[in-house]
Amino acid sequence: MAEEAIKLGGKKKSIFLDKVKALLPDGGNLNLCLTCGACSSGCPATGLEDMDPRKFLRMAALGMDEEITSTPWSWMCTMCQRCVYVCPMKIDIPQLVFNARASWPREERPKGILGSCDMALKHDTCSAMGTPEEDFQFVVEDVLEEYQESQPEFKDMKADVNREGAEFFLNQNSREPVTEPDEMVPLWKILNLVGADWTYGTKGWAAENYCMFLADNESWEHIVRVKAKAVDDLKCKVWLNTE
Amino acid sequence: MYAKWIREGKLKVNSDWNKDLKIKFTVQDPCQLVRKTLGDPVAEDLRYTVKAVVGEENFVEMYPNMSNNYCCGGGGGFLQAGYPEARRGYGKLKADQILATKADYCITPCHNCHAQVHDLSDERDHAWQTVHLWTLICLSLGILGPNEREYLGDDLKEVLPFHPESAM
Repeated sequence: MAEEAIKLGGKKKSIFLDKVKALLPDGGNLNLCLTCGACSSGCPATGLEDMDPRKFLRMAALGMDEEITSTPWSWMCTMCQRCVYVCPMKIDIPQLVFNARASWPREERPKGILGSCDMALKHDTCSAMGTPEEDFQFVVEDVLEEYQESQPEFKDMKADVNREGAEFFLNQNSREPVTEPDEMVPLWKILNLVGADWTYGTKGWAAENYCMFLADNESWEHIVRVKAKAVDDLKCKVWLNTE
Repeated sequence: MYAKWIREGKLKVNSDWNKDLKIKFTVQDPCQLVRKTLGDPVAEDLRYTVKAVVGEENFVEMYPNMSNNYCCGGGGGFLQAGYPEARRGYGKLKADQILATKADYCITPCHNCHAQVHDLSDERDHAWQTVHLWTLICLSLGILGPNEREYLGDDLKEVLPFHPESAM
């Protein structure tokens, strides 16, 4: 046995893991991994890019920052949280993945997600398909009229747009108004049958938020604030999320 | 909300339409809705609604389920991330879950799940149909028009027709 402790020189290098720990409450418990593997055994992304949640965390703990911040696996984990749900130490692996996404230079992030985020930033509608306010209103009113005529039982059905004081502000995924507007109607029928006091808004109506997937925190926040303001401006009580 | 309105008697759904057809349905637990937000209570409400609409005996659980269910791979931006083989590899787990139920339909109360689960079925030669709950609720109320049946299979296309003359 040595008589004196061997001192290793140099300061401890800060690694990516430390940066993420600093961002999370309780450091996201990122130091507590026992490598039990409960996360990986229940993760559908295990095996993609030769990666899994346990391995991702171990590599981060070992300071393999280059690999962690460049593996495409960060975009294949959906951050579904099943790993942290089952983890005995409640380690926030999805947040580690989210911050790995955020470490990519913005222009190098997946083109589809980047494009959808930038598209959503173009209009106050927040539509990732770039649908402007007038187009959305037109589609809703046009389809409503068509159904009021062809299905007389629903001649008094309403699908208001920008009605102040309604209880519910219903959002809408861009997919329906742009590619399959008839699919909006069943929900309208249900809302009308139950007597729900609801409206659409031309601002902030889009349900999707690709800026969140992009891990662009500023844009994500902006999109959410536009939507929240739209609900507040119409004085609605409840933000009703579509299926 | 659907469950609330059914319990309050405002949404008078009825599963008689499926009593003799006995078409089988399973349901996806969207991660964002169940595990990440309202937990098992909303998963229970979801099942209450589904059973009221299709009939309890025609509902089949996938395993694992509720907060323990597996992500289908439609969320997190995966649909737009540009890694379709990986996305489908991810989704194999969900596809196997659905196939194990032997259900004819998978109900997907989430746009991302709907797109992914629909794609997984396409990849397997339309092994099951993928529908939103709103479609089935309206079908059970007898108010589902011919142009609102895009995601129904041939087994349900002509059931309880509503204004068939308005078909396009």
